[in-house]
Amino acid sequence: MINMGAKTFISHSFRIAWKDLIELYRNKLGLVLLIIMPLFMMVMIGFIYPSNGSTVTNLPVALLNEDLGFSNSNLPSQAFITGLQQINDQTHLLTLSNASSIEDIRDKVQNGELNGGIIIHNNFSESLLSGEQGTITIVTDQSNPTISATMQAALSATFDQMSTLLAQQNVQMLNSSVTTNNSLAIIKPYNVQTEGVVSGNPSYFDFIAPGIMAMTVMMSVMTGLPVAISQEKEVGTMDGMMVAPINRMSIILGKTLAQVARGLLQGGIILVLAVGLFGVAIQGSILLVFSLLLLGVFAFVGLGIVITSFAKDQETAQMMMTTLMFPMMFLSGVFFPIQQMPWYMQSISKFLPLTYAVDALRKVMVLGADVSDISSDLVVLVVFGVVTTIIAVPIFRRMMTR
Amino acid sequence: MKKSIIEVKNLTKMFNKFTAVDNVSFEVRKGEIFGLLGPNGAGKSTILRMLSTLARPTSGTATIGGYDIVKNDNEVRKLIGIVSEKMIMYNRLTAKENLLFFGSLFNIPKDVLTKKVDDLLELVQLTKFKDSQVGTFSTGMQQRMNVVRALLNTPRVLYLDEPTLGLDPQSSVEIREFIKKLNRENGTTVIVTTHMMVDADLMCDRIAIIDHGKIVALDTSSNLKKQLNGTNTTILKLEIANLTPTILGSIRALKCVDSVIQEDSTHLKILVHGEEAFDSIIDAIREKKGKLTSIENLQPTLEDVFLHLTGHQVRDSTNQKIPMNTHSGPFNRPKARIR
Repeated sequence: MINMGAKTFISHSFRIAWKDLIELYRNKLGLVLLIIMPLFMMVMIGFIYPSNGSTVTNLPVALLNEDLGFSNSNLPSQAFITGLQQINDQTHLLTLSNASSIEDIRDKVQNGELNGGIIIHNNFSESLLSGEQGTITIVTDQSNPTISATMQAALSATFDQMSTLLAQQNVQMLNSSVTTNNSLAIIKPYNVQTEGVVSGNPSYFDFIAPGIMAMTVMMSVMTGLPVAISQEKEVGTMDGMMVAPINRMSIILGKTLAQVARGLLQGGIILVLAVGLFGVAIQGSILLVFSLLLLGVFAFVGLGIVITSFAKDQETAQMMMTTLMFPMMFLSGVFFPIQQMPWYMQSISKFLPLTYAVDALRKVMVLGADVSDISSDLVVLVVFGVVTTIIAVPIFRRMMTR
Repeated sequence: MKKSIIEVKNLTKMFNKFTAVDNVSFEVRKGEIFGLLGPNGAGKSTILRMLSTLARPTSGTATIGGYDIVKNDNEVRKLIGIVSEKMIMYNRLTAKENLLFFGSLFNIPKDVLTKKVDDLLELVQLTKFKDSQVGTFSTGMQQRMNVVRALLNTPRVLYLDEPTLGLDPQSSVEIREFIKKLNRENGTTVIVTTHMMVDADLMCDRIAIIDHGKIVALDTSSNLKKQLNGTNTTILKLEIANLTPTILGSIRALKCVDSVIQEDSTHLKILVHGEEAFDSIIDAIREKKGKLTSIENLQPTLEDVFLHLTGHQVRDSTNQKIPMNTHSGPFNRPKARIR
């Protein structure tokens, strides 16, 4: 008897899900948007965020040489400029121009012609030729912190390389028996290298793709469920299902199944785009990725049902969704690492299921983690799903027959 | 007397502080067409929603075929079909898909259901359009679908909530005839809510008149009208060529006049009571120099019954219009001009 009940329950759920999917399939515009939305998101984020920090090129920067020379020689500053140009010819980091004065640089930065400037001080040759440090100043554009930070880092590296070369020459001049390698060891005794846990060089996109995937799939349930149900209530078709002798929960289950199918379709599109268009490498198992997405969906169902119960119409549902979605998007570490946030935001993020789903998905996709590595994330997601569903079901039952 | 299939006892529904249905009790007999007549917001639809298990009563009970609407809601659902004011149809599904979907929720075996759907589509002459999406249908076709959808589980009780709302006269006639035929041939008990007097008068065996959540009268159409005759009430239609607010005011002021409806610039319909009513009205009109061109004694209609029982018209219960310029005070209105 119970078995029969369960069978009809499942069969009703599937019919409702199937009906929803037919409706979705026949709504051509909606279907196109369904595919375009993740595409837009991927393309936007994929191209806006530089994949390795090195894609910044041809920054307009002015060079101001104030060097007065020393005993009729300005060789040191000439050597510096030549060295800089040689390196720049390889990296194409800068588009160099000449400036007449520091005011000139400031004006051009202010009107947007330049991103910054390099100033060689007036005693540059004098200092170097008399055995002191020559001073270079990098002028930055504070209105654009990202660019100025990138430029600063790149220029520092360039100048560091140049001073090392010069130092090597100096050491060899002091003692001709020292080889080039030895001279480098004298100046820089430590050789520092960086290596990731997995091979390859993950980009920002590798970091963000799992986050977007988790977010899209899970949000589709949380947003799709209330909107779909409140729409049926408004149109009146909900009454048609409610007057049938079916378990009320099969309506929720059926609608959820349809939304999950929709969400997984979108998730799949994101995955294909990430791999095909942005060269994201998936280290872990694809099966685990999709299982994780399903578990994430489960964690969100309860929340979706609660919102469904309280939203009287589509408009309210939409508003409730947006209010909840924004903090969740930004606090769950989809776009920015959680560690960057202030402590109180970090503690909020600990209560959001998306945080754990994104974390687990990232570990699997980027680091190739297996089930045992993400077990704590899995436990949190399961507990969250069970608890919210237990709370949500009675609320839904009461709200449906008012 | 036939057995009753629906028994409603002290049914009450409150929305926060507002009482939508106020302690209503009635019985519906097996095989009859029962009408709930009243203005919008009188509580008709709420009664219907409670009887179809879509809303829970605040207090009171009701049984359908012996099953309690709260305790045995799933048993009740098997017995009923509901035609809502809104179309219960998915626009992107075809006629056939819609019926198969809703039918499948009733656990009807697949072959039985398929045949049932074909029969129903044939019944309302939509077989030709069975594979077209319902969204492309005309309002009349959609309403036919809407009615047929409620018949999938061969209900013993059919509820219709304002079935002719927004339909053209021809479609209204079709729907009315269809329901009567269904009732006659299958013995389906029908409860219909309406604010249209014609619907109630033409379709229903018995009518419950509802106002402000209460049943103010319940009987057959002809008995309701007789009830009006028995109360010594007469309905008069007057034509006054020079109908002025002054004349209207003095008619309203008469004790024997219950209510006055101004139909156009020269016609009045009034409900009066008492033996001397006729004389006093004619006197009042003459006194104000009114030119009475015709006077007619009308047979009471349901509208008049409603007016008599509630003191207002069905259609605009909320904004009963009082003509401008009507003098209503203890003294006679001063004459504006002497000619």
